Amino acid sequence: MTQLRTSDDTTAMILSGSTVSTSRRDSAAWARFRLLLRMPLPLTAVCVLIAFVLISIIGGPLSFHAANAQNLDLRLLKPFTLEHGWLYVLGGDGLGRSMLAELVYGMRTSLLVAAIVVAASAIIGGAIGLISGYVGGWVDTAIMRIGDVIVTLPSLLIALAVLFVLSPSMLNLIIVLTITRIPVYMRTARAQTLAVREQVFVEASRALGARSGRIVFHDVQPLIVPTILTLAMLELAGVMLSAAGLSFLGVGLQRPSVDLGTMVSDGRSYLAVAWWATVFPGIAIAIAALAANIVSNWLRAVSNPMTSGALAASTTRNPEA
Amino acid sequence: MFLFLRRRIIYSLVALLGVTIAVFFLGRLNGSPALVYLPVGASKQQIDLYNHQHGFDQPLPTQFWQFLVSVVHFDFGESLSQQKPASQVIFEALPQTLLLAGVALLITLIFALFLGTVSAMKPFGNADRSITFVSLAIGSVPDFWFALVCIMFFAVFLRLVPTAGVAGPSSWILPVATLALAPIGGMTQVVRGAMIEALGSGYVQNARARGFGRWRLAFRHSLRNAALPIVTFTGDRAVHLFNGTIIVSSVFAWPGIGYQMVNGVLNRDFPVVQAGVFIIGLMVVIINIVIDFAYALIDPRVRVS
Repeated sequence: MTQLRTSDDTTAMILSGSTVSTSRRDSAAWARFRLLLRMPLPLTAVCVLIAFVLISIIGGPLSFHAANAQNLDLRLLKPFTLEHGWLYVLGGDGLGRSMLAELVYGMRTSLLVAAIVVAASAIIGGAIGLISGYVGGWVDTAIMRIGDVIVTLPSLLIALAVLFVLSPSMLNLIIVLTITRIPVYMRTARAQTLAVREQVFVEASRALGARSGRIVFHDVQPLIVPTILTLAMLELAGVMLSAAGLSFLGVGLQRPSVDLGTMVSDGRSYLAVAWWATVFPGIAIAIAALAANIVSNWLRAVSNPMTSGALAASTTRNPEA
Repeated sequence: MFLFLRRRIIYSLVALLGVTIAVFFLGRLNGSPALVYLPVGASKQQIDLYNHQHGFDQPLPTQFWQFLVSVVHFDFGESLSQQKPASQVIFEALPQTLLLAGVALLITLIFALFLGTVSAMKPFGNADRSITFVSLAIGSVPDFWFALVCIMFFAVFLRLVPTAGVAGPSSWILPVATLALAPIGGMTQVVRGAMIEALGSGYVQNARARGFGRWRLAFRHSLRNAALPIVTFTGDRAVHLFNGTIIVSSVFAWPGIGYQMVNGVLNRDFPVVQAGVFIIGLMVVIINIVIDFAYALIDPRVRVS
């Protein structure tokens, strides 16, 4: 229990923007990990995500060939039969490709795109927000107004319009999605920077002669990173779904690159005759997105001092829930 | 109040100007607007002629001024795939989209207010856990896939509703369900958070001690104070419903803006895409101003500051 209280205090300190030494932060991470072990749902979600990542890393390269190899004899083969080898255990799609191999390869692409987009937008948006909040003045105003414009337009609309002008490709998909997600991090990082900037230790740093660059990236940045990480986890599922949606509309990834959205789009032509070609890829996205959402929801509850106490208490009272 | 609203309206107009600039550069993103406007495979002479006719060989500031003038007149050129002005294509599709989005938003609010409040009455209790899980789950389902599975089950298999198009009330069920699904999940979580905070405040505790029932506590005493984050999120969802309508249009052939946009992209009809982006941008700006009005109505503090 003492361990838990340390975790709450530390998180509260991180969020309120006071200084935290690295060793205390480590103990907070450790306490969170121990809390996680006592909560079956978030624990399962973390395991599912790790499993999907491992399958993608190991199975992705192995499945690329099989995911594009057509065997017209096995067109729309029904799933759950081992007659044609384990590769066809989940059936075949409209061109006789192995659903299993396509799912593995599609999951790899979807996760890869989502991970790159989330990392890029978090780093770029976080850095811009940090600098914008610290510098202030007209630079800040201008940057925030540009952010407003991006937020004003529905993200799918921006992506649709930009991918209309640029040709659809994985790189363009990543660039467009990154641009639409940047303002989220920008605003969060800026709001936190504004609060941290006024703290005494920042003043002390300045009084000791530290340059702005050092203050921003050495003093202020470590306090903002945990919030940005939580936000990034929250964004992961949304980005996966957006990317799949664009591929579904036909402006995202195109063959031979496969992602789960492309697969649903292909399966749509066989909706009345082969349910599995549509249902399986959708379930795969939903499970991955749900796992990411559960983890982020849990992270948010733990890092919020208002709810973390109740959460910890609820696990001790009712361990199997 | 007027000071606050005036500032917000000026911000919105700046954002609208930004959208206009964005649309202007969208057509010039790959170097030559003629390549975007003209069908694929246009000859060099055609391109030069087109550039000259439309002033695309003029300096950029001149071009931008001409563009601004035409935007003010909602003149985005003739649609390439339909024989009418691009803005007319979008305006004709607008009512269907707004109606659909409005119904979906209403359904979202009803479900989320109820579920979120039940959740907030006993945080981390059994009801809360179940509701939280369900709201996370429905927020994780890809909307386009949900729509297809619904068509497969309710329209193809059970034959209860039509597969696509607008024909009678039953044709609204699946599109509205698709649109409202994910927002219900997100909104429930927001209502829960706001209600937990409002229900925990001193005056609600006081009212509880005086013996008011929990529904009265929730809806009469707490809702108004929990309303600000809910209104903010409603505005946010209203904007994002346009994303959903694009998907719904594509799957259900719903004759709204999204349908015209997706077809515009597939037919390489740039005037329609351009008009769509601008007019949706305008709608969003209007929604934001309405939200700001709602703020000022709900929270007296906003009016004074």
